[in-house]
Amino acid sequence: MMSRAANRRIANTIFTVSCYFAAMIAVVALASLFVSLFWNGFSGLSLSTFTKDSQQGGLLNGILGSLAMCALGMVFALIIGILAGTWLAEYSGTSKLGQYVRFMNDVLLSAPSILIGLAVYTYFYMVLKAAGYPQYTYSGIAGATALGLLAVPIVVRTTEDMLNLQPSALREAGVALGASRGLVIRQIIWRSARTGLLTGGLLAFARISGETAPLLFTALGNDAHITKLSDLGDKVSALPLLINSLYQLPDSVSLAWTAALLISLAVLVVNIIGRVLAARGAR
Amino acid sequence: MTAVVAETASDMQVQASRIVRGSWGESLFRAACLSAATFLLVLLAGVMGALLVGGWPAFHQFGFGFFVSSTWDTNNDVYGAAGPIFGTLATAAISLFIALPLAIGVAVFLVEFCPKVLAQPISTVIDLLAGIPSIVYGMWGFFVFAPLVANYIQTPLTSALNPDGFWGKFFAGVPNGNLFVASVVLAIMILPYMTSVFRELMLSVPSAVREAAYGLGCTPFEVVRSVMIPFVQRGMIGGTMLGLGRALGETMAVTFVIGNTHNFPKGLFDATSTIASTIANEFAEASGLKLASLIAMGLILFLITFAVLALARMLLNSNKS
Repeated sequence: MMSRAANRRIANTIFTVSCYFAAMIAVVALASLFVSLFWNGFSGLSLSTFTKDSQQGGLLNGILGSLAMCALGMVFALIIGILAGTWLAEYSGTSKLGQYVRFMNDVLLSAPSILIGLAVYTYFYMVLKAAGYPQYTYSGIAGATALGLLAVPIVVRTTEDMLNLQPSALREAGVALGASRGLVIRQIIWRSARTGLLTGGLLAFARISGETAPLLFTALGNDAHITKLSDLGDKVSALPLLINSLYQLPDSVSLAWTAALLISLAVLVVNIIGRVLAARGAR
Repeated sequence: MTAVVAETASDMQVQASRIVRGSWGESLFRAACLSAATFLLVLLAGVMGALLVGGWPAFHQFGFGFFVSSTWDTNNDVYGAAGPIFGTLATAAISLFIALPLAIGVAVFLVEFCPKVLAQPISTVIDLLAGIPSIVYGMWGFFVFAPLVANYIQTPLTSALNPDGFWGKFFAGVPNGNLFVASVVLAIMILPYMTSVFRELMLSVPSAVREAAYGLGCTPFEVVRSVMIPFVQRGMIGGTMLGLGRALGETMAVTFVIGNTHNFPKGLFDATSTIASTIANEFAEASGLKLASLIAMGLILFLITFAVLALARMLLNSNKS
C-alpha cells in the first residue's frame, strides 16, 4: 500500500514530465516548420526573384501586387479604424451602442477571412453587374477592399487600447486650456498615442499581408506585374496567391517555398518592429 | 468702459457656449467617429446579408436537404453540404483535442518550470509564430508532415492491422491528404495562439494566491490543478473557443492537406473536406446553383463561427471583470 505522499509525488512527476514533453513536441513541430521554410526557401532565392514575374521564375508580380493591395487596404483600415477606435475610447462611455460595437469588433477580429472575401465578391459582382461592368468583378480594388476590411477590427482594437492608456490628466489639461473635446483628442491624445497607433497599423499590416483565402475571390491573380495604379482595376497577383498556384506545379515548388519564406520574413520583421515600438511607447 | 466690459462678457458667453455645445467642426468630428464605429456593425450585418442573398437560391432549391445530404453532383446540379459540415466539425474537434492538452502543458511549462531567462524569449517566439500566415502551415503540412505520416504511421498501421477489423477500418484511408493530417496541421497552427492566451491568463493569477498554495505544501501539479486553473477557468474556456473559431474557419492550412472529396470520411485517414476548403477549391469553376451552394455553405460557417466566437468573447470578458 502506497502512502498518500508517494501518490502525490508520483502524480506530480507524471504532470511535470508531461509538461516538459508537451513543450518538446511544440518546439520540435514548430522548429521543423521553420527549418523546412528556410532550407527550401533560401535555396531558390536570387536576384531574379525580385526582377522577374512568376512565369519567368521570379516573384515580382506577387510582391508588387501584395504591396499595392495591402497599402491601399491599410489606408482605408487606418481611417475607419482610428476613428472608430477613438469613438469607443473617448465618446462611447457606457452606452449600449458602445458595448455592441466593442463586442462585434471582437467577433470580427477572429471571423474567418474566407467569408469576408466571399462577401466582398458578392457585393462587387452584384454592383458591377448592375452597372454593366461584370468583367471588373475580380480586381485589385476588390482585393484591397477585402484586406482592408480584415484590418479594420485590428486597428480599432489597438486604437481603443492605446487611447485608454493615455492619462486623463492630459485630457483635463487640454480642456483647462479651453480646447474643445475634439481638439484635445486630435492635438493631444492622438499625438501622445501615435507610437501605439503605428504599432496597431503594423500588426494589422502583418496580418493581412499573409492572407490568401479572401484574395481567391477578389484579386484572383495575374501573370503580369502591375506597372501603374490603374492596373489595380484589373486582376492582380499577390504572394499568397502565387504560393497557392505554384505549389501544385512540380517545377515551381521551390519558387513557392521562396514566396512562403519572403512572406514569413516580412510578417516577422513587421511584427518585431511593432513590438519594439510598443515597448518603447510603453516606457 | 461699460460697453467694453459688456462686449467682452458677451464675447466670453459666445466662446463658452461654443465650448459647451461644440462648434460645427466639433460635431462633424464626433459624427465621423460615430459613423466609423457604426460601420463595424454594418460590416458584420453586410457580410451576413451578402451570404444570405448569394446563398438563397441553394436554400430555396434544396431546402432542409441541403444540410443533411452529402451529394455533390455537378452534372445534375444537385448539392448537399453535409459532408463538408461534418468535415469542418471533425477537423476542428480533433485539432482541439490535440492542441488543448499541448497548449496547457506548454503554458504551465513556461510559467512554472522554465528558467526565467528562457521563459521570456520562448514566449516571444511563440507569439511571433502565431502570426505566421496559415498558408505556410499548409505548405509545411503538404510537403513535410503528410509524407511523414504516410510513411511512418499509415503504412505500418495498415500492414499490421486486419483491414476488416474495427481498428483496420478506423485507420483505413488514403495517404497525403486526409482528416488526420489536416487536424494535426490545424492543431499546430492554433497551438501558438492558445499557448500565448493560456500563459497570459496563468500569469494573471496573483502570486500571493500561488505562493499561499505552495506554502500549504502543494506540489506544482496541485497548484496548477486546484488553484491556477480554477482561477482562470472561464478565460481558458474562452481562449479555447477562440482557437476553435480559428480552426473552424481556417482555409489554406486545411485545403492543402485534406484530400478534398465531398464524402463523409470512412476512417481517420480518409480524405474529406471542410466548408472553407470546399469553397476555396470549387469557387473557380462555379456558377449558378453551384456558386449559390458554396455561398450558402459560407453562411452556415458564418453562423457556426459567430456562435462560437460570441460565446468565447463573453467568457473571456467575464473573466476580466
